[in-house]
Amino acid sequence: MSSRGIKDRVAIIGMGCTRFGEHWDMGFDDLLVAAADETFRSAGVTRQDVDAYWLGTAQSGMSGIALARPLGLEGKPVTRVENYCATGSEALRQAAYAVASGAYDIAMAIGAEKVKDGGYQGLNAFPVPGDGTTRSVTAAAMFSMVAPAYAGKYGVPLADMKTALARVAFKNHYNGARNPRAQFRKEMSVDKLCRMPAVAGGLSVFDCAGVADGAAAAIVVRAQDAHRYTAKPLLVKALSLVAGNGSGLGDPAYDYTTFPEVVASAADAYAQAGVKSPRDELAMAEVHDCFTPTEIVLAEDLGLAERGTAWKEVMAGTFDLDGEVPVNPDGGLKAFGHPVGASGLRMMFEAWLQLRGEAPPERRISTYGKRSLALTHTLGGYPGEMVSFVSILGTA
Amino acid sequence: MRGISGWGVHLPYPRLDKSLIKAVAGSGGGVGTRTVASYDEDTTTMGAEAGRAALRARAVRLGSLWFATTEPAYADRTNATVLHAVLRLDRTVPAYDVVGSVRSALGALRAACQGSGNALVVASDTRTGLPGGPDEAAGGDAAAALLIGDGSDGGPVLAEIVAWESVTDEFVDRWRTPGAAASRLWEERFGEARYTELGAEALKLALATAGIAADAVDHLIVAGLHDRAVAAVQRTSGVPAGRITDRLAAKIGNPGAAQPGLLLAAALESAAPDQYVVLLSLADGADAVVLRTTQALASYQPYRPVAAQVTAGGPVSYGRYLHWRGMLPVEPPRRPEPARVSSPAAHRNAQWKYGFAAGLDVPGGTVHLPPAPQDEARTPVADAIGTIVTFTVDRLSYSLSPPVVFAVVDFDGGGRLPVELTDLEAGEVAIGGRVEMTFRRLATSDGIHNYFWKARLLRGQEPPGSGRSEDA
Repeated sequence: MSSRGIKDRVAIIGMGCTRFGEHWDMGFDDLLVAAADETFRSAGVTRQDVDAYWLGTAQSGMSGIALARPLGLEGKPVTRVENYCATGSEALRQAAYAVASGAYDIAMAIGAEKVKDGGYQGLNAFPVPGDGTTRSVTAAAMFSMVAPAYAGKYGVPLADMKTALARVAFKNHYNGARNPRAQFRKEMSVDKLCRMPAVAGGLSVFDCAGVADGAAAAIVVRAQDAHRYTAKPLLVKALSLVAGNGSGLGDPAYDYTTFPEVVASAADAYAQAGVKSPRDELAMAEVHDCFTPTEIVLAEDLGLAERGTAWKEVMAGTFDLDGEVPVNPDGGLKAFGHPVGASGLRMMFEAWLQLRGEAPPERRISTYGKRSLALTHTLGGYPGEMVSFVSILGTA
Repeated sequence: MRGISGWGVHLPYPRLDKSLIKAVAGSGGGVGTRTVASYDEDTTTMGAEAGRAALRARAVRLGSLWFATTEPAYADRTNATVLHAVLRLDRTVPAYDVVGSVRSALGALRAACQGSGNALVVASDTRTGLPGGPDEAAGGDAAAALLIGDGSDGGPVLAEIVAWESVTDEFVDRWRTPGAAASRLWEERFGEARYTELGAEALKLALATAGIAADAVDHLIVAGLHDRAVAAVQRTSGVPAGRITDRLAAKIGNPGAAQPGLLLAAALESAAPDQYVVLLSLADGADAVVLRTTQALASYQPYRPVAAQVTAGGPVSYGRYLHWRGMLPVEPPRRPEPARVSSPAAHRNAQWKYGFAAGLDVPGGTVHLPPAPQDEARTPVADAIGTIVTFTVDRLSYSLSPPVVFAVVDFDGGGRLPVELTDLEAGEVAIGGRVEMTFRRLATSDGIHNYFWKARLLRGQEPPGSGRSEDA
């Protein structure tokens, strides 16, 4: 098996991202138009200049028409992609590969989700007709099993574990409070977070990602063309996607303290990008903190902390804005909100801002100017059965 | 001679303390408890559990399956086919419903007794009355399965049928139009008079046919929904009071169509070889059955005896009981209702969905739940015992009785399944807990019931020989 990647062959030359939140006054089309227009302006191109489009949406629209209609595209190849919560990342991956192949000169990846029109809280997947035997618990419940498993394996007292989870939420709320595009802009103290009632396992609502409407987009070109559009392009260093086969759910050896799909996609991405020591090389990481224990496990699966130590690193502030490797400086899924199809591109938007020095001072990462690589990570599914995407982006 | 060659019963875990009723309903209730089918049980699932118990005590090749109830989960289509699939019976084994009345149960039993081969006769009932009414307090929910054979290839007969006499009479004592929530009753004295006379008549005929006197009866079981008539028939039967089988009314209530089979099982569990057991059922006439226990009874081990199940149960509040029965609509969960089950998908996967047969990767010996597409063989796991590896309590997902308790279960002999638990309070679940599988109704959408399996705590009742067998 080979995974050569497209290191330094494709660059992002423009990005846009709506505010995430409860957009009662905006429909799916409005969100797409808002993100696309900002992105066209950012890149200095028109919708007609873009040769091909990839629309990522998990369940807000079907087919490329869902984008072609609101943007008024004529005669353009538009593809709708879906890969659970990695949907937005997948759109960028397809667009980047299309440009790298030489098939197109300029492509847009756009991700959006309109979840607040559904009438129910939380995310609800399209029901596929089935035999009725698949489990029906929430994602929160599935991920809640990670915390006690992790605590048990590494001998973390449950009270300390709870505090570490709250510390993850505290950090992401702190960052989100400094981000005008984030859904939740209020800081939350660790004490207050620890007192929230449990809704799934030991997790409270504040351990869960915000459910939001939103859209984000990127325009990509071949790297050698990037300087025609911007002095500060964001180079694609690595794009990796791994779809698990679901065997973890039925495997007695699986212990809910790691996500093998994430480990595999991270290894692939680091190999593509030539990253040897992520903790020493990455300026920042945007990771899929769908639930607070997920972020702790991800820190280890992505190689940002040794096994069994991420909870301590969280407590020590390693992943804070001013820490060694800032994680989720934009507030993450937790505070920025999680419109499924948009989240992967939203993460890249933060890398776009931070690495290019455009993040506001109150949210600027400690590594700015010293390191030039950012990691984004999205996962979709559950422990034991997930897709995982990792990108490495860089300015140098 | 043809007779009973085994049995299995199912008493649901939830128990309603009848003293709780009056404070809410303003009347009714009383002392003692009644069994309550859980929110995820119906007559079909309870019948399947009773059938499983019968076949676990005595694994025989069935020639026919009969299912009787007053409360079928479906009309128009057969419910016995669900049991057929759960019990993994051969397609050539016929399965029939005999539904609608309490008397159906005796009709099914009689048909099986008059047939040939091994027959499994399952009677299952849920008894509902309007809040505060007599049927609510007197009723109970249960299922009983009787295995009928002639000793040739189904193991020895444990109680031979010596005589069966039946009298039939048309009179309206209780009635319920289809779809009505509860039955209605004529004034009590009329039914009491009819049933007292009919019971005595049937008993006299059957004892005459058997050639025995009333005082030769070692165990007299009188079943029937008319409590005063039952008591009167017991009193005037000529059988000494000490030989009359306890109807378990104060513990489980009267489970209607399941009562004759359940009480017969209870009587046989306390009977000795070479005794006369008489089952008298008062329902739209009377059926009197005289049985003679055999020597083989002494060595028969029922899977989970009635007495053990009577004492194994946990409380359910009256409010929750009313909700489960549809008598108290409560705020629904703010989650989408489950999608209806695809009939073709369910049929394709029937071995998994109903039979709980895992996939077996033959060269590697790995057990897959659910089966993986490349698995060469199926292996039944329904009787396997499992251990809780980890768990969670989900207060967010759709459930008729939240919260959902969900666990990752590793089965003895291989295989892991993340699965919902039932028959427990959230605080009872723990890592390392031992569980068994139980057949339940997960939900109903568009009128289609979604049946599948859940796990429930063994609570120390680890059955002997809970292993698996392989079949290709």
